Amino acid sequence: MWLYAVRRLLLAAPIALGVTVICFGLIYLAPGDPLQSLLPPEATQSDIAYLKKVYGFDKPIPVQYLKWVARASMGDFGKSIQNNRPVLAEVGQALSHTLIISVGAVLIAFPLALGLGTLAAFHLGRAPDRIATLTSVVGVSVPNYWLGIVLIIVFAVELGILPSSGMGPDGSAHFDLTQWSQLRYAILPVLTTALVPLGIIMRSTRAAVAEVLSHDFMLTLRAKGLGPLTIVCHAIRNALPQILAVMGLQFGYLVGGSILIETIFNWPGTGFLLSKAILTRDIPMLQGALLVLAMSFVLINLTVDLLQTALDPRVKRG
Amino acid sequence: MAQATFTYTDLAELEAPAIVAPRQGYWWSVQRRLRGDYITLFFLAIILLLVGVAIFAPLIAPFDPNKTSMIYRMKPIGFRQFWLGTDELGRDMLSRLIYGARLSLMMGLVPVVLATAIGGFFGVVAGFFGGWANTIIMRLTDIFYAFPSVLLAVAISGTMGGGIANGLLALTLVFIPPLCRVTEAATTQLRSRDFVEAARASGASGLSIIFFHMLRNILGPVLIYASSLISVSILLASGLSFLGLGVEPPTADWGLMLSTLRQSIYVQPLVCALPGAAIFIASLSFNLVSDGLRQAMDIKA
Amino acid sequence: MRAGRRAFSLGARRTQPRIVPPGDPRDRGGPAQPLLLVEKLRKYFPITGGVLNRKIGAVKAVDGVSFVVVKGETLGIVGESGCGKSTLARLLVGLIPSDSGSVVFDGDPVGGAHGISLRELRRNLQIVFQDSDASLNPRLPIEESIAYGPRVHGMARAEAKSTARDLLGRVGLRPELFAPRYPHEISGGQKQRVNIARALALSPRLLILDEAVSALDKSVEAQVLNLLRYLKTHFNLTYLFISHDLNVVSFIADRVMVMYLGQVVEIGPSDAIFDAPKHPYTRALLESRLTVDPRHRIEAPPLTGDPPNPIAPPSGCRFRTRCAFAEEICAEKVPGLGGWRDAAAHLAACHMTDRMSGHSRAGQALPPLPRAPKPIEAQIA
Repeated sequence: MWLYAVRRLLLAAPIALGVTVICFGLIYLAPGDPLQSLLPPEATQSDIAYLKKVYGFDKPIPVQYLKWVARASMGDFGKSIQNNRPVLAEVGQALSHTLIISVGAVLIAFPLALGLGTLAAFHLGRAPDRIATLTSVVGVSVPNYWLGIVLIIVFAVELGILPSSGMGPDGSAHFDLTQWSQLRYAILPVLTTALVPLGIIMRSTRAAVAEVLSHDFMLTLRAKGLGPLTIVCHAIRNALPQILAVMGLQFGYLVGGSILIETIFNWPGTGFLLSKAILTRDIPMLQGALLVLAMSFVLINLTVDLLQTALDPRVKRG
Repeated sequence: MAQATFTYTDLAELEAPAIVAPRQGYWWSVQRRLRGDYITLFFLAIILLLVGVAIFAPLIAPFDPNKTSMIYRMKPIGFRQFWLGTDELGRDMLSRLIYGARLSLMMGLVPVVLATAIGGFFGVVAGFFGGWANTIIMRLTDIFYAFPSVLLAVAISGTMGGGIANGLLALTLVFIPPLCRVTEAATTQLRSRDFVEAARASGASGLSIIFFHMLRNILGPVLIYASSLISVSILLASGLSFLGLGVEPPTADWGLMLSTLRQSIYVQPLVCALPGAAIFIASLSFNLVSDGLRQAMDIKA
Repeated sequence: MRAGRRAFSLGARRTQPRIVPPGDPRDRGGPAQPLLLVEKLRKYFPITGGVLNRKIGAVKAVDGVSFVVVKGETLGIVGESGCGKSTLARLLVGLIPSDSGSVVFDGDPVGGAHGISLRELRRNLQIVFQDSDASLNPRLPIEESIAYGPRVHGMARAEAKSTARDLLGRVGLRPELFAPRYPHEISGGQKQRVNIARALALSPRLLILDEAVSALDKSVEAQVLNLLRYLKTHFNLTYLFISHDLNVVSFIADRVMVMYLGQVVEIGPSDAIFDAPKHPYTRALLESRLTVDPRHRIEAPPLTGDPPNPIAPPSGCRFRTRCAFAEEICAEKVPGLGGWRDAAAHLAACHMTDRMSGHSRAGQALPPLPRAPKPIEAQIA
C-alpha cells in the first residue's frame, strides 16, 4: 500500500510540473505583449524597460519560468500588479472565503446525496427512484449561475428574507461565522453551490449501490435474516470507494470552479480574484491563483485515489 | 461398423431453420428500443424545435433583436405585442431569445464535434499502439485533467481576450482530454479481444484493423459520451458569455443577456430569469436525449 | 476393431496420415520434408515490480520447444492449463514475438533475410481460437467476417464474398440463410464453424486449432470434429490440435506431443503414447482419465498438487517435484529430447529412457497402465 502511495506521488510529480508550465505559459498564448495592456499609451521606453526589469519580464521565457517555479516552491508568488500586495497572501485569504462556501455546500449536499441515492437504489423503478433521478438530471442540467439568480429573486426580491449579495454587511474583513447576521449572507451561495454536486453524487450513488445490490452476496445477507439497516450499511460500505471518487472530484470542482457563483453573489473568493486578475491582466496574480487552484485540485484527486486504494482491496493498482 | 460418411447436405439439413428470421442489425434494435421511450422522444422533439428556431430565426422572430426603444424598457411578460417582455434597453425578449439560440447551440455543438474528432483520434492511436505513444498521450491528458473544466475554460478564454473564437477554442481544449480518455479505454479493451487477434492473424495491417473492425465497435460508447458533453458545453459557453468572455454586446446571447439583466431583477424578476430558463431547457433536453440513447444502445442485441 | 484405449467411438475409423498428393502447387520438398519445423522456441514474459516497475523476473511460458509436423498429419498437443500450449500457438502464428528459436515452414525459415515474411506465412498457417463468440466481430455480418482475410490479401470484394459463401456451405451452414446473419443470431457450434470457415478462407496448409472444441457441448463437439476430419481430406490440410481433453485427442490425432511447464516431455505416434507412455507425466495424465467401468477404480489420485511456479521452475527435470520415480540425477541434469527431428520416433524427456543417465531405472520401460478402458462394443459383446 505504501509502495503504491510512493509510486502514485512519483507519478504526480511530472503532472504537477506540466500544470506549472500551463499556469505560467497561458498568458503567453495570447497575441501581443502581456505587459502592453498594463501601461498607459504614453509610457516611454524607459518606463517600459524599468517595469520589465522590476517584474523580471526582460529575461527569456524559460528563464522566467524557472525563476518563477523556484520562488513559488518557497511560497513566493510575487506581488500583485494591481495593489502591490503579496500574491500568496491574497490568494490564501480568498481561498478561505471560497472554502466557507465549498465546505458548507459539501456538508449539505454530500450526506443528502448519499442518503437519497441509496434510497433510490433500494427502490429501483419506484417513486423514490424517479424523484431522485429527476432531481439529479435537473441538478446536472441547470446552469448554477442562473439558479443563483432565481434564488435571489425568490428569497431576496420577492420574499426579502435573505440578502442578495456580498459577504456580510461590513464586508469580508469582518466576516464572522458565528454570528447569524453575517452567516445569513452565506446561505444562498451555499444552497446554489450545493445543487449541482447533489445531482451528480446522487446519480453516482444510485448507480454504485444498485450495482452492489445486484451481486449475489447481498442476497446471502438478506437470507441470513439481517435487519434492513445492517444491509444498507453493508451496501454503502461496498459502494463507498466509487462514491468517494466522485465526491472528491466534485469537491475539487467546487473549489476550483467557484468563479460563477462568486460573481453573482459578490463573494470575494478565489474565483472572483481570478476573474479580476484576468480582466486587469494582473499577471503574477493570474499565475499564482491559477497554480494554487490547480494544485489543490491535483492534491484532492491524489488523496481520493489513495483513499480509494486503502478502502477497496480489489482495486488493482500499479 | 458403418463408416461415417460426412457430406454437406447431412449437416445442412440440421442447420436449416423452418422460418427465416429477418436480419437484425445493431442499429435496427437501437431505434426499435427508442421508439418506446416517450421521454427521450419528447425531448428529442424539443431539440429539433430549438434547432429549427435557430436556423429559421430571421423568419420567426417578431421583431429586430437589436432594435432598442426608450419607452418600452423592462416591460413584463405579455405586455402588448411583446410576448415575453422587453429588456433594459427596450428590445423584445422573444426575438432576442430566438436569435440567442443560434449562438448557444453552435457553442454547444461545435466544440464537442471538434473535440470528438481530435480527442478520438489521439485516443485510438494511444489505445491501439500502446507503448510509449500511449504513455505520452495519456500523461498529457492527465495534465489537462488537473484543471476543473470551468477554471480551464475561463483561464484560456480570458487570457486570450474573450470572444467567440477564443471561447470555441477554450471549450474544445477542455473537452479533448475526457474524449481522448474514453476512446483510449474503449480501444484498449477491444484490442485484446479474440476477433482482433484473429484479424491480425490473417495478416491485416494496423490501419485496416482499426478502420474495419474496431471503429464500428468504439463508435457507440464514444458517441454517447460525446452527446452527454453537449449539455455541458452549452452550460460552459453561456457561463463564459455571462462573465463577459463571449460575444460583444449588442449581439443576442443567452449568457450575456442573463448578465446584463442581472441589475434589473428588482424591477422585472421574471423577465430577467428567462434567458437562464432557455439555457436550462436546452441543456436538459440534450441531457435526457443522451441518457435515453445510452439506455437504448447499452443492451447488446 | 481392436481393443484400444478409446472410450467412445463415433463410428468412424481413424484414417492413416494423408500424404500430400504430388501436384499440389504449393508443396516444396515433397512428403519427406516436414511442413513445420520448430527449433528451440522460447518466450519469457517479463514481470515488473518494485517502485519503478522494473523487471524482476520472467514467466517461462515456452522454454526451448522443438518438434516437427509431417505433411498431412494431425499433431495433437496436450497438457495441463498453464503448460504453454496456447502461447505456443500464438507464437507460431506470429501474434506474439518470440524471444529466440526458429520456425521453418516447408523449408523456408520464417522471418530473417532469406525466408518468408510473416505476411506470407499467414497465407499458409491459420488459427481457430477457443472462444467462438469473442472471435467474431459482433458488429459484422458473418460473411464480412469471413471475407475480411482474403480482402486483406488483395482479393476483390465480390470475389471475397462469394468465397465466403462457398466456405459457409463447406462447413455445413446454408449460405443463403447464414451469410447475412450476425454472430448473436447463431449458436456456439455454428459460430465455431464460422471461425473454421474464416480460417480456411485464406487457403492455409496448416490449421492450428487452439482448444477449438473445448467450449462446446459434447454433441456439438462431435459434429465439429467430424467436420474437421472431412475438411482435412478435402482441403489437403495439416492440423495442430491443441487440447486438454485426452479422449478427443486420441480420436483425432495421428501423433501426440505432451507439454509440461513450457517444455515438451513426450512426443510420438498416438497409439504408442496411449498404449505405452514413456514419461511419468503422460502416464499420470492417462491414469487420471475417468471411466464409467466399475471394475476399474483408482484409490489414490495419480497426479497431485499444482504445477510449480513457471517463474522459478525446479532445477533439472521440471516434473521431478510430482514424479513418483524422481531421484537425485533428476535434480541435477535436465533430460533432453534427442532425435526430435525424426517424425516417427517415440521420445520422452526423461532420464529413465536413457541407458547412460545414472537413474536406477535407466533403460527400463515404465510399469504398464493399470487399466485399459474397453470400448463399449467389446463390453456388450
